[in-house]
Amino acid sequence: MNAPKKKLKVATTSLAGCFGCHMSLLDIDERLFTLLEHIEFDRSPLTDIKTVSPDCDIGIIEGGLCNAENVHVLREFRDNCKILIAIGACAINGGLPAQRNHLPLTTILEEVYHTSPGLSNGMIPNDPELPLPLNKVHPIHEVVKIDYFMPGCPPSADAIWKVLTDLLAGKEPELGHGLMHYD
Amino acid sequence: MSQTFILDGKTIPFADGQTIMQAATQAGVFIPHLCYHPDFKPHGSCKLCTVKVNGRQTASCTMRAMAGMVVESDTPEINAERLTLTQMLFVEGNHFCPSCEQSGNCQLQATAYHLGMMSPHFDHFFPNRAVDASHPEVLLDFNRCILCSLCVRASRDVDGKNVFALSGRGIKTHLIVNAKSGQLADTHFTLDDKAAQVCPVGVILKKRRGFAVPIGERTYDKQPISATVDAAEGN
Repeated sequence: MNAPKKKLKVATTSLAGCFGCHMSLLDIDERLFTLLEHIEFDRSPLTDIKTVSPDCDIGIIEGGLCNAENVHVLREFRDNCKILIAIGACAINGGLPAQRNHLPLTTILEEVYHTSPGLSNGMIPNDPELPLPLNKVHPIHEVVKIDYFMPGCPPSADAIWKVLTDLLAGKEPELGHGLMHYD
Repeated sequence: MSQTFILDGKTIPFADGQTIMQAATQAGVFIPHLCYHPDFKPHGSCKLCTVKVNGRQTASCTMRAMAGMVVESDTPEINAERLTLTQMLFVEGNHFCPSCEQSGNCQLQATAYHLGMMSPHFDHFFPNRAVDASHPEVLLDFNRCILCSLCVRASRDVDGKNVFALSGRGIKTHLIVNAKSGQLADTHFTLDDKAAQVCPVGVILKKRRGFAVPIGERTYDKQPISATVDAAEGN
């Protein structure tokens, strides 16, 4: 990995994710220090930056789309990042959260917030502050163009390292046997 | 076996009546496939085994080997088409590998790994077919079915029970259970049936056997599907 003159700006986010892909990113352990010689983090759950800088090089998205705010954030990332990477099963095919797709949304909300035993005066939250859920969970490539995909639930640290180092070296990322996993 | 043909530059011997797939497998050459199984007549639905014979594409599981034919299989062009076919199978069903009991032992998944599938590329169908949990020992999750018909063939031709069938047309084609109620419990299906052993994906699942094999020791953790050709089928 040859060090570029200028550090690449990398933004990350979790949409309908579990933060597991971010944890797997941190699992590259001390290689984070090597990574930080080549990149600096922009908007990310790991930083305090609230919006994506307009000159971001790479955006890494974990999680599918389950509500209106997810779509808003995803579009912000697409507008500001040269390269967008989907990380993990959720971003790639909706993941396990998409198992709600065969149930009517109203049934789910009713059961969780209203009719479930043990709720007193249950009601479905209706404050406009809250993002409305989408009817179905969607993979992110159905809404914006995605440049690269890192499969896995989550991808292993070694797989993430391989994809990132391939990209930083200007190569098409490739995962061979042992690194390629969907589970 | 004095006759031979050329597969990706390699000379492959064959006996009269053998298909390209059978001859290649015997010679230890892996050709990706999902609906082909050495114990059954070919079906020709998955199209993963497509090869180019003398410049024309055909299914190697149904094409008889002929002396002197020139076959291309492991080429960027053919593998790109195989990848597209695999992506189509992934978006047509609900292949949520992270919670599937077959993960690591699944031929569809292992084939996708083999072909380097980083994403399913197409928009998802998210089908909604009810699970059949009526049988005391076996669970059926129809949303993972790739219509290979191996269970249909096994139940009809080996078990003599005719438990399964494919029904419907076009994208609505689906696996059904041959009982008045449509429920597996109302058939003579048992875990000992050949049909219970052949599903290449995660449709026919044994109940109460959750995630028994540690990660790292599952079939395709140990070796890629391309390396299993000798062990599984070289006879």
